[in-house]
Amino acid sequence: MQRGLTKLGLTEIRIAGFGGQGVILAATVIGKAAAIFEGGYATMTQSFGPEARGGSSAAQVILSGEPILYPYVTQPDILVVMSQEAYTVFAPQLKPGGILIVEQELVRIDHPPQGVRFYGVPATRLAEELGRKVVLNIVMVGFFAAVTHMLDPDSLRQAVADSVPPAMQKLNLQAFDKGFEYGAELVQRLAENGDAEPLLLETES
Amino acid sequence: MHADPNGVLTGVHFLDGDHACCEGTLAAGARFAAGYPITPSTEVVERFAWRIPTVGGIFIQMEDELAASIAIQGAVWGGAKAFTVTSGPGFSLMMEHIGYAAITETPCVFVNVQRGGPSTGLPTLPAQADMMQAKWGSHGDYSIIALCPNSPQECFDLTVTGFNLAEEFRVPVMMMLDECVGHMTEKVVIPEAGQIAITPRRFTYKSPAEFRLFEPREDLVPDMVKAGDGYRFHVTGLTHDERGYPSMNVETQDRLVRRMRDKLKPFANGRAVFEAENLDDAEVVVVSYGITSRVAQRATQMARAQGVRAGKFRIISAWPFPEQHIRELAGRVKAFVFPELNLGQMVHEVERCAAGRAKVISVPHAGGSVHKPEVILQAILEAAR
Repeated sequence: MQRGLTKLGLTEIRIAGFGGQGVILAATVIGKAAAIFEGGYATMTQSFGPEARGGSSAAQVILSGEPILYPYVTQPDILVVMSQEAYTVFAPQLKPGGILIVEQELVRIDHPPQGVRFYGVPATRLAEELGRKVVLNIVMVGFFAAVTHMLDPDSLRQAVADSVPPAMQKLNLQAFDKGFEYGAELVQRLAENGDAEPLLLETES
Repeated sequence: MHADPNGVLTGVHFLDGDHACCEGTLAAGARFAAGYPITPSTEVVERFAWRIPTVGGIFIQMEDELAASIAIQGAVWGGAKAFTVTSGPGFSLMMEHIGYAAITETPCVFVNVQRGGPSTGLPTLPAQADMMQAKWGSHGDYSIIALCPNSPQECFDLTVTGFNLAEEFRVPVMMMLDECVGHMTEKVVIPEAGQIAITPRRFTYKSPAEFRLFEPREDLVPDMVKAGDGYRFHVTGLTHDERGYPSMNVETQDRLVRRMRDKLKPFANGRAVFEAENLDDAEVVVVSYGITSRVAQRATQMARAQGVRAGKFRIISAWPFPEQHIRELAGRVKAFVFPELNLGQMVHEVERCAAGRAKVISVPHAGGSVHKPEVILQAILEAAR
């Protein structure tokens, strides 16, 4: 099944945050869902410096219904940020009309970029409610699934299960569902308010 | 012969090029690896060290690249299929032992995940600037095979091919990845073991009494033995006769060095590995290899969309250089455009083979990223004018 991929054509996604937040795993899950469980194409690259750990971390995934030739993301259609620094560095590169997804309690936005669709989620707090802050990345993936509709949620669930150790599957699937439900409710609320295109949300500061 | 199912991770995976390369070594039958960690190649042996206890074999982290590149040759003469992995600075350190593998005709694989150079250069960013070093980096006249994958899937497939070619021709084989391909994650399909063809080592059928260590067969490649099978043999980096003993004279040197070159002649021509598209009506041929071939393909498509008759010749086996094909094309196309992540290396081979019969336009890039397709497109448009 290639519904989302074919419909959207080539889509560039960047996920960025601190080292240790699981940025790479989040990108892996999205790429795997597209390439393995939906029969499309996905190319994931990572950017990092020579340092072994710490600092910033970013991963790029390109999804397409066709083979992907150029390997790098140039102007992302979707930007997922989990740290203030990542927001500052990458927000200006987001494509006009693109989608910005932020961890709303880690990223304070005083001057939101114009002309993009913006969604915030308290992913770290939702992960803490499950007892493990470490799954915030998968909460973000669940939220991403709900607000972008690009990929079949079941493909993403399969990809989550396939990407973590067996003992961690249940927790990560719960994290996915938690993020997904939060996103689905948000989308519904926006629709009820008559916002076909979701408006910029106020972030708590 | 087919792959040993023990080493084959059959299934559909989402792997980066380094990990896919590691799975290729295991599927090919490698059961010994020695290495010294260096970005961006470490993941190949990191995975090997993790996988090998369940497959059955040995990984040794050596004290440096010199040690790693000679330990694998000891393992080969002990009967194993073996490889080492490195990047630019480590590749430079391995040069002496690449020459040793060539003159002792030790079938082994060197994986070089290329990064920007010279020296420590750009550890985490891609380049393709070790291409001439792969061929000419060690002293003396010798021949090697070099393969250039452009995706994680090919990192698997071509690594298996590389091990097979090493056995068939008894040469060191260079897997010339680059940081982009090595660290790029895509879908990788690993077939059933029964669908992976493996070239076994060609051991001698002769008795210890009649066996001569470097007596070539009709294909110019001698048969092998392994330690412990009752054959007395002497392996040396000195010029040696067919018995394997040092022989310091002009005749022996001439015979040995020419045979080491000539045994790869079939590969240089009919056996060259490449991908071609739209060459029938092409006026401009874009020649490329490795990661650059993907960007070049994009540029070729853009040129076609603008009405330029552009074709693609993607080199997969860079050494021996596929000269027959370039010579043939040079007689009927207007120009070659050759983007590569260096300031012009393999393009000299195209110039040599074109011999003035077609224009050759280099599209250099010093490394650290890949070309923008538009830059290659511009060169194609200029070439077509």
